[in-house]
Formats: sequence, C-alpha cells, structure tokens
Amino acid sequence: MDADAPYSQIVYLVFAPDVVGKAIVCSLARKFDLEFNILKAQITPRQEGAMTLELSGSAAAFQAGLDFLRDQGLKVSPAAQRITRDEASCMHCGVCTSLCPARALHLDRVSREVVFESEKCTTCGLCTQVCPVGAMQARIENGAEEAAEDA
Amino acid sequence: MASHKVNKTIKEINERIRKGLAVVVNARDMIDIVRDLGKVAAAGEVDVVTTGTFSPMCSSGLLFNFGQEPPVIKGAKVWLNGVPAHAGLAAVDAYMGCTEPVKGDPLNKVYPGRFSYGGGHVIEDLLRGKSVHLRVEAYGTDCYPRKNIEKDVRLADLPTAMLLNPRNAYQNYNCAVNLGKKIVYTYMGPLKPKAKNANYATAGHLSPLLNDPYLRTIGLGTKIFLGGGTGYVLGPGTQHNPKPPRNERGVPECAAGTLMVRGDLKAMNPRFVRGVSILGYGCSLALGLGVPIPVLNEDVAWYAGVSDADIAVPVKDYGHDYPNGVGRVLKKVSFEELVSGEIEVEGVRSATVPLTSYTLSLEVADTLKQWIQNGSFTLTEPQEAIESQ
Ligand code: SF4
Ligand code: SF4
Repeated sequence: MDADAPYSQIVYLVFAPDVVGKAIVCSLARKFDLEFNILKAQITPRQEGAMTLELSGSAAAFQAGLDFLRDQGLKVSPAAQRITRDEASCMHCGVCTSLCPARALHLDRVSREVVFESEKCTTCGLCTQVCPVGAMQARIENGAEEAAEDA
Repeated sequence: MASHKVNKTIKEINERIRKGLAVVVNARDMIDIVRDLGKVAAAGEVDVVTTGTFSPMCSSGLLFNFGQEPPVIKGAKVWLNGVPAHAGLAAVDAYMGCTEPVKGDPLNKVYPGRFSYGGGHVIEDLLRGKSVHLRVEAYGTDCYPRKNIEKDVRLADLPTAMLLNPRNAYQNYNCAVNLGKKIVYTYMGPLKPKAKNANYATAGHLSPLLNDPYLRTIGLGTKIFLGGGTGYVLGPGTQHNPKPPRNERGVPECAAGTLMVRGDLKAMNPRFVRGVSILGYGCSLALGLGVPIPVLNEDVAWYAGVSDADIAVPVKDYGHDYPNGVGRVLKKVSFEELVSGEIEVEGVRSATVPLTSYTLSLEVADTLKQWIQNGSFTLTEPQEAIESQ
C-alpha cells in the first residue's frame, strides 16, 4: 500500500496499572500526525486499563504509531470491525470505488449503481474516510459494541 | 436564422402541458428517438426533453435573513453551527458559502483532512428541519443597539432562505489522473499515483448544458429543477466560457458553459441537497439540478439527442499540471469510454471513477418529466440570452 494513503483502523489497547493511557494517546497524535477518536475507555486508578481507539492518518504514520505504543508497554490488538453502508444516505456517486483495494465496491455498468459486496470487504476502512456523506460506516464487533456511531 | 421545418413556441408547448397533451421525455430516451426518427420527426413528436445532474457543486450557497427581535441588531459576524457566514450585507442578511469549514476545523493539518462539517452540511441540516445554532456578534449603533444573538433556529424560523449559486451545472469537465508518484487528494477525489484511477464528472448524455450546447433555449428566467424544488436561471455563472473549442456536434471539448441559479430552500428536498466532505480538499454541496429543454425546432431536437459517444472529455494530470496551472491535455476520451470502467492513459490502464451520481441525475430528469406531465411545472421564456458560440 502507498505509504501516504489514508488509513483508519480501530485498535484495542490494554495498559498496565502504572501506565497512564490518555497521556500516551495524546503524544501519539502529536508525534505521528495521527487523528484519534476514543470510542471506549475503561480506566480505573491503579488497575489495568483498556481503550478502544480509532486511529486515522497515513499508513506509515499508523505503523510508526503502533510501534510507539508497543514500546510504551501497551498491548495492542486490532478490534474486529464490520463495514456497513447506510443505504438511505448513499448517493451512488462512485467516489468510494477509487480506493477500495478489494473491489468490494464497484459500479454496475448497467444500473449505474454502486454495488457493495460485504463478503469481499477486508475492512480496511478506506471507504469510511473517502465517502463524502459518511455512508460507509465502521462498526466494532466482539464486545466493544456500539462505539463507532460518531466516529 | 435558418428556417426550420418544425417551429414551436414555448407558449404553444405550455398550452399542451396545461391540456396534459405534451410529450415529455428524458434526455436518455431522446438519444434513440432522434436516432430512430431523425431530427425533424423527433422535433415534431417531442415537446420537452428533461435533463438532470447530481454532483458536488462548489460555488453554491445560502442567502438568508435571520429576522429581528427587539432590541434590534446589525450583525457584523454570523455563524450557523459554528460555520462562519458572510455578514457584510445588511442588518440581518447573511450568506453561507457551501465550502466554508466549521470554525476550528483541523483542515489539512492532519493530512488528508476530513472536513466533516461545513456550509453545505448546515444547508442540509436546515433543510432536514434540524435546529441550527445561530450566533451573531455586532458592534452596536444608535439604531441597532443589540450586540449579540445566541439561539437555535430552524429553517421555518428564517424569514428568507434561498440557494443563490454563482456557478452550477458545468458544461463538460475534466477527467483527472495523477501522473505523480504519490497519492493526491483533490476536489476530483483521491487520485492514486501512476494514473491508477481516472475520476470524471458530469452526467454525460443527461447533463443539462450538454443537451443544449449553444444555450439556445436557456437564459435568464428559465425555470428549472433545483434541489428538489423549483429555481430559476439568473444568467451565465462565474467562469462561463462562451467560446470553447467544440466538436462537430457542437459539444464543448473542455469545461465551458455555467449557470448562475437561485431557488427557495424551503421548497427543496434533502434527497437532492447534500452537504459533502471531500477528503483532503474541503466541504461542498452536492445538488440536483435539471433543466427542461423546449423542443422548438429540429436543431434543438438534434442537440438534445447527444449520446455519451458524442461527448469528448479532456484528461488532465492533477499530480503536477493542475496545481501548477499547466493546461496540458493528455488525451481526449469519449464519455462512453469513461463509463466503460477503464481508459488508457500514458500506456497504463486506468480505472474510471465517476463523481456525479448517474442514478440521482436520472431521478432529477424523471422527476422534472413527471412535474411537466402532470401540469404542475410549465416552461418560462428566457428574458436574456447567455452568450455561447
Ligand atoms: S462514496 Fe459514499 S455515497 Fe458515494 S457511492 Fe460510495 S458509499 Fe455511496
Ligand atoms: S473497508 Fe471494505 S469496502 Fe471499504 S474500501 Fe476497504 S475493502 Fe473496500
């Protein structure tokens, strides 16, 4: 993938009681030009904390940011997400087809509608950034629930 | 002017519309009618051809008046949901441009910027009946003593709210590729390096100004479909080019004619008025616009029979050339090739990506057709021509 290509992924962070999660996340944004959106956080003083975070920026910055988090002693794992399309909002313009690497989004030549085949989707998240009306949405699965609503 | 075999007037066509007798077809169906019957018979048969486009249209905006409540105010700075409006008009008049980002937006500091809220979104929110926060600051005068307003308003609370768009409905446009080595984010969408994708706009054979390439039937006062309601053409839009190079069918071979339009927002439909966020570029407004073309004679019929194969689109490099003001045309492709899904640019196969929604463009043309067929929309005589040679 192009190092400057936009990238967005939801990650699940677990940090030890002695690590202050929020401060690390903030320096993540400062040092690596990543935009972050805290979708869910469970932080209790002197106990293990967890945070579900949406990170967006370039693919290169994303990798560098993850390495940084691991260096700080955090456990990082990708949160399982599912991409859905808000059918009422989709304008069938076609812009999302420009970046979809899996051809899960393509233009039907006859109907001229944009077809979304979710079974082909690799949940890379590119379409959620490029869709001009936010019709492509990322939803987190496996326990982190309803979080991406406002992502 | 050459004499025609078929001669109709707008007045006659309106008579037929009122009696429910007018023959109205969309611009897609007109292609086959002209091809099968020939232009003279087609002109005899068809009274009105409806066109349509639905696309992001920068240079759109909302002219609004927010009303007075005592003590009265002369607003100097105005925001709707944090998006600045231009307030240098009159006491409580302001203009919200669709590309204006919300105050404090990170813009492209986190590249590519998302531009998640701006003027276009405010317009859509108002139209959806949502309440929008109005903030006004003023310096205070003897006649207008109030210094600020902070309140939530809805579209119904605004005494005036009209779209007043300096430039819409571009007649033909560029197809954008990126010959550079890294992805670029443009108003034509994301362009992958080495011309991996080729993004194009306009609704092709449905496009209003491609169906009347010399604007013979369109001028100041032409009533149109705008955003799901009705609007009017006010004349040429900004950057209107009256003398573009044309192909043998009269179709401009580059971005050419434009329209300035207005319409009452309160009568529009949010399905056809959408705030959009263009990654790395900014906010805008996607808008549905359709122009009815009265088939006054066989020449008008012939032009309205334009097909995608007749429309040539210039391919330009947005990696280096466009940002540096270089006008180089890499090649010309037909709109038909663009719709096929792939073109060849500089020896590579480039996947074509539309930015204009064909399905919504067709819905615009068909809605306008329905209005005319049921007699609720009649045609108007243009009062002033728009120069086009
Ligand atoms: S970019 Fe968004 S609105 Fe356009 S076709 Fe894709 S999902 Fe639909
Ligand atoms: S998230 Fe799925 S549909 Fe969207 S761009 Fe990636 S692969 Fe394509």
